[in-house]
Formats: sequence, C-alpha cells, structure tokens
Amino acid sequence: MFTQTSNVPEPTAREKAYRTFERRIYAPSAVLLNDWRGLVGSAILVAFVFIGTVGVYLIPEPTVMEGPIFAAPFSSWNHPLGTSVMGESIFKQVVHATPAMLQMITAGALLSVCLGTTIGTVAGYRGGRTDQALMTLTDVVLTIPGLALVIVLATIYQPESPFVVGLILGIDNWPTLARTVRSQVLSVREESFTEASRIMGLSERHILRRDVISNLMPYISVNFANSSRKIIFESVGLYFLGILPVSQLNWGVMMNNAYSKADLTNPDQLHWLLVPMALIVFISLGFILLAQGLDRVFNVRLRARHESTSGGESR
Amino acid sequence: MYYVKRIGQSVLVFFIALTVTFALYRLLPFGPVEMVKVSLMQQMLEQGQSPSPAQMENINAMVETYTGIDPSVPWYVSYYEYLYNIVVYQDFGRSIFKNRPVFDILFEAMPWSLFISIYGLAFGTTISLLFGAVMAYNEGGKFDTGMTFISIANSTIPYYVVAILTLIVFSFNLGWFPSGGRMDPSTTPGLNLPFIVGVVKHAALPIFSAFIAGFGGALAFRGNCIREMGEGYIRVAQLRGISQGRIAIRYVGRNALLPIYTSIMMGVAGIFGSGIILETIFNYPAMGMVTFNALMNRDYPLIMGAFIFFTAITLLGILIADLTYGVIDPRVKGGSNRESY
Repeated sequence: MFTQTSNVPEPTAREKAYRTFERRIYAPSAVLLNDWRGLVGSAILVAFVFIGTVGVYLIPEPTVMEGPIFAAPFSSWNHPLGTSVMGESIFKQVVHATPAMLQMITAGALLSVCLGTTIGTVAGYRGGRTDQALMTLTDVVLTIPGLALVIVLATIYQPESPFVVGLILGIDNWPTLARTVRSQVLSVREESFTEASRIMGLSERHILRRDVISNLMPYISVNFANSSRKIIFESVGLYFLGILPVSQLNWGVMMNNAYSKADLTNPDQLHWLLVPMALIVFISLGFILLAQGLDRVFNVRLRARHESTSGGESR
Repeated sequence: MYYVKRIGQSVLVFFIALTVTFALYRLLPFGPVEMVKVSLMQQMLEQGQSPSPAQMENINAMVETYTGIDPSVPWYVSYYEYLYNIVVYQDFGRSIFKNRPVFDILFEAMPWSLFISIYGLAFGTTISLLFGAVMAYNEGGKFDTGMTFISIANSTIPYYVVAILTLIVFSFNLGWFPSGGRMDPSTTPGLNLPFIVGVVKHAALPIFSAFIAGFGGALAFRGNCIREMGEGYIRVAQLRGISQGRIAIRYVGRNALLPIYTSIMMGVAGIFGSGIILETIFNYPAMGMVTFNALMNRDYPLIMGAFIFFTAITLLGILIADLTYGVIDPRVKGGSNRESY
C-alpha cells in the first residue's frame, strides 16, 4: 500500500548547482544588500579588497621625491592624499599597505572563528569530560591577558609574514567566541529538530553541521566581523609601537613613520599621520555595519519577510 | 564550597599559565635560548673553531648571561626551580638589562599602572552606565539616537588613536598637559598640593584614553534596561506608587546590570593589556612601559615576570567578579551551575 513512491525526476547537476547558488549565495546577498547597513558595510569592504588586489597592480609603488615635500591632501591629482617627508605620495603608500592588512585580517579572523566555533560546538554538544577539558583550556587562554601574550609571542618569534602575525593575533580572540557558542549549543541540542535528527540516526557530523552550526550562523558571522576589527586594532597598534618586525608597508608602519618623522606641532604635516588613522576607522566601520547587516541575513524572522527575493525557496 | 572550588580553579589556571609561559620561553624551537645558542655556535664555526667541551661550557655561560638560563640543566629541573622560586620566594629572576630583581622593578611600577587603569575603568563604567540608562529612558529620542551614533563611532576608533590625537592637541600644540613622565620633577613627593596637581596632570591624558577604551558598555546596558522596563513587575511597582527614582535605580538599574557585570570586570583584563600601548605612547613609566622597554632590550626575565604579573592581576579581577556576583545577584548564591564570562 505504501510501496508506491511518487515519481520525482532527479535534478540534473546543473539544476542542483543553480539551486545551491540561489539558496546559498543569491538569497543571502539580496537580503544583505536590501539593508542599508549591509550595503554600505560590504561596499566599504569590497572597496578595500579591490584596492588590495587589483589596485596594487594599477598604482605604481611610491618613490622618493615624486612630489613636493609635505604637499597638502586633496590639492593635486598626482598625489591625492598629499605627500610625506621624502615627497612620497601617501595615496600610493596606502594602496601598497593594504594587501598586508587584508592578509592579516583574513588569517586572524578565520583562525579565531574556526577554533572558537569548533571548540564551542564540540564542548557543548558532547558534554561530560570533553566539555570539562575544553572549557578549562578556554578559561586558561581567556585569563591570560591577550595583548600581553601576543606581544610576548611576537617578540620571541619575530614573525614577518602578515599571515603569521594574523594567526598570533587570532589566539587572543577565540575563547570568548567558544564560550558563547557553547552556551548556544547547549540550548540548540535540546531542541526538537536536533532530537529528531538524533532519533533518525543521522551521523554526529551531520547533526553538528546542519542542525547546530547553521543555527549559530548569526553569532559566528557577527563574531567574524568583530574579530576582524580587533585584529586590525591590535596589529596596527603593535606595528605603530615597533614591536612587530617590519617586512613590508602597512598602516601601522605608516603611522609609526609619520609619528617619528613628522613635526607633530605643525598642522601642515599631520595629514601623514591622519590618513592611516582614518583608514582604520573606515575599515572597522565597514566591519561593524557588515556585522549588523549579517545579523539580518541570519535572523530567521527577519529573513522570512525577504524570502520572496529568492523565489520562495526555503531552507 | 563554591568559593573554595572557584579559588582552587583560579590557582590551577595560574599554574597552567605559568607552565605555558615557561614552555613558550624555553622549550619551543626558535625560542630565545636556542636562538642565542645557535648564533654563538655559528660565530664560533665561522672563526674556524669546532665546539670542544670546554667551548660548549663557554657558550652555555654566555647564553646564561644573555637570557638568565643555564642551558646545561635539563628542562624539568629548571621548570621545578622556576616554579619553586616564584611560589616560595616570589623570585622571578633578575633583569638582565637593569641587573635588579624583576619583582622589585615591577612592584615599584605597579601602583602607577593600577592608578591609571582603575580610574580609567571607573570613569568609563560609570559614564557608560549612566548614559545607557538615560538612553533607555529616552528610547527613540534625540539623546538616544545621538548617543547610539557616538557609541558606534567610539567602537570604530581604537583607543591609541585617541591617545595620539589628544597627545598632539593638548600636549604638543596647546601645552596644557605634559607629554611624558608621571610626576612633576620639581616637586617633592608627599601630601602637598603641587605634587598632587602634577600627578593628576600627568595622569589626565592616559586616564582619558583608558576611559575611551573602557567606554563600550552603554549600548549593552541600554538594551538590558529596555528589556527590564517591559517586565510586569515594573508595572506593579508603578501601580504600588513607588517613586520613579527608586524604580529606576533599584528595580531597572540593578537587574539590568547583572548580565554585564562580569564583562565589566573582564574590562580590567583588557585595560591592563592595553596598558603596554597606552603607557608607551604617553611615556608614562609604569608596568606597561617597563614591559615595553624590556621587549626592546630583549630582557627576557623581565618580560616573563611582567607577563606573569599581568596574568595574576587579570585572574584576580575575574575571581573577584565571580565571588561578588552572588552578593550583587542574590539569585545566584555562588551558583556553580551558572554560565559565566
């Protein structure tokens, strides 16, 4: 009686790819770009990524004496942000400092989010001994003052690659995320849909991925943006003080040069210092706005209202 | 029982932190000890000498003067000695560069660090709580919108940018505040007015920057206040005719404070860590600056000592937060089933 199954044609690979694209990429970005904060935030970040990838090839490297010394910003098209003490264009310096910053942010934010989510999820879902061990580890890293540890690590090992610097800075970031993720997992694992998956005998990996982590996406995405911002702050601070070894130009190094070489009582020379500062503020504004926009994307209730944009597909 | 367990846990974490520090410093490859040793041996090889036992001893002696560690002692012996000296004698070794016990150097610098960070944190917390409450009461009003904007702006600007800018404006250009030091050198230390004025003037800008760094709880407190204000018992209290002020402080304020209490105490940790950057910018000779100079001179015993000091203070701050949580929130009663942090 129940042996007859309906005849649903298997979707072709192309249809599958199309559906995945629509569900995973098109719908979330439509929701994200509908919100002004998401729009502005992603525009800012896309601009920085553009500068850091394509811009480096379009704009030549800064050279000495390409303009007058300490030209004011916004006065000439040859050096839109003015020049520094040796007549180098500040705009060119900014462009060539961006890739290092982006590499640092990517490495650090990825490390802290991956580590925080994995440890938090496993600890919360498994419970018992595993939970205790992982949470003790988290507590230890949490109580060790992060910035001080990062500074000590940076001096002992003198990392030069921006990726490694990012990873070291990421160490400071994951424990808080692991803590919050764990407490969320504790409530999600008791929900009926998780229980249903468990009864159906789905593998633990499947449950963790599809039921638990997909429900935690709002926290994870917001934390990704927040830890990116923290990594920018800390790295620029450490490069500014000259604690990290300088291998290539970045905003912290620019600030360090400006702070030590410009006459700080002369307002005509201050723009050299102010430009990298403004960039930090700008990129972290981008991350904050993106975090708020992403909150909308993953917030289920808000999302339901926007479902029409994805052709009624629901997860 | 909870208190004993909690204190025990802190002690355990402290020892784990000590061990991690030790391992970072001595056991990992490319650590300072190995670096110094390798470079010395290379020098010797370049001069065409092969390392004989006598010369190895010489190298070891040189490594010891550079790093304060005798590499010929196996690691577990030096680990035991390291822990034993710290726990029993509070001996963190001697600073290589200053040739004084590390503990003395840090202990002298410590009160000044505490002075700046505690005032910075206290001002930051008070103001952000006050503003958060006023924002919640004027929800949707002009003050609320404006302050939300300012709070977001504040979180996009790193505290050291504030520090550098205030230093440039108020010290280098206007000359209202000194740009370095922690007291007026022409005054005699003690309870006299010129000395106190000097100390306050030197601390004003660092405290202001620490205040900016610690000013972040306003939005969280605002959210909590708004949620509390919607609760039924607030209506009941209003119907019972309890005065607005009492409701605001005892009912809304107190209950809204609880969720963020631990994060406020965690701010202690953040501020001490950021002290290294702040004190260096302001040239304020306290723990952060001592650490920075030690880093620049590769004075490893002093760096490690400072690091352990920072960890201990942070642990203490979190421990106090956890132990007093029960006092502030009677529902918790030292709750061992609570999810803290």
